[in-house]
Amino acid sequence: MSVIHVKYFASLRERMGRAEQVVDPSMAATVEELWALVAGHERLPDGVLAAVNLEYANPTTPVHDEDEVAFFPPVTGGRP
Amino acid sequence: MSVILSGTALDPWAEVGRHQAAAGFAGSSFGATAVFVGTMRDFNQDDEVSELCLEHYPGMTEAVLESICREALGRWPVLDILVAHRYGRLLPGDPIVVVAVWSAHRRAALEACREVLEALKSRAPFWKRETVAAGMRWVERNTVG
Repeated sequence: MSVIHVKYFASLRERMGRAEQVVDPSMAATVEELWALVAGHERLPDGVLAAVNLEYANPTTPVHDEDEVAFFPPVTGGRP
Repeated sequence: MSVILSGTALDPWAEVGRHQAAAGFAGSSFGATAVFVGTMRDFNQDDEVSELCLEHYPGMTEAVLESICREALGRWPVLDILVAHRYGRLLPGDPIVVVAVWSAHRRAALEACREVLEALKSRAPFWKRETVAAGMRWVERNTVG
């Protein structure tokens, strides 16, 4: 079975109510299409970052079968 | 170059000593070691913080930290870099991170150490959830200043 593995972290995981899910790759070709699918046709907000296969991605980054895609809030490193 | 993530107590000075003892460069080839240690504070945004839970993205956090170290090694004449970072539950006073840079001279060591640390803070996927008197809250953005 072909799937895209989707993960959520931190406050976004709590908002989504799940840590991960799988998506049929025929349902989404890019990061923003995938977000629209999992978040109920919502556009990717500024406050949500994405990574594809452990690297930061853009809304237009393509997603493929067996990719791991993560959505998460901005990282919090602290005061310089 | 070494990147270490630890879910249990981190002893920064032991990590630096261990790394230096095992490093491939000769014991007398470096003239400078810059070390930064970050420790959990007991306050944030005017509130007393009793506990911090540091979440990370296993796999990506290591990849980002390694990439940051490689960039610094390419930009500065430094011999070696160590980054060790905590995740999980922390209490005030617990060390969170150590960045150590070995170089022939002080400027490269200090500048590379600072660069690695700043890049880590803005790019490494870590998220803080702190416990204050009112309960638990996610820290949603980096503080400034």
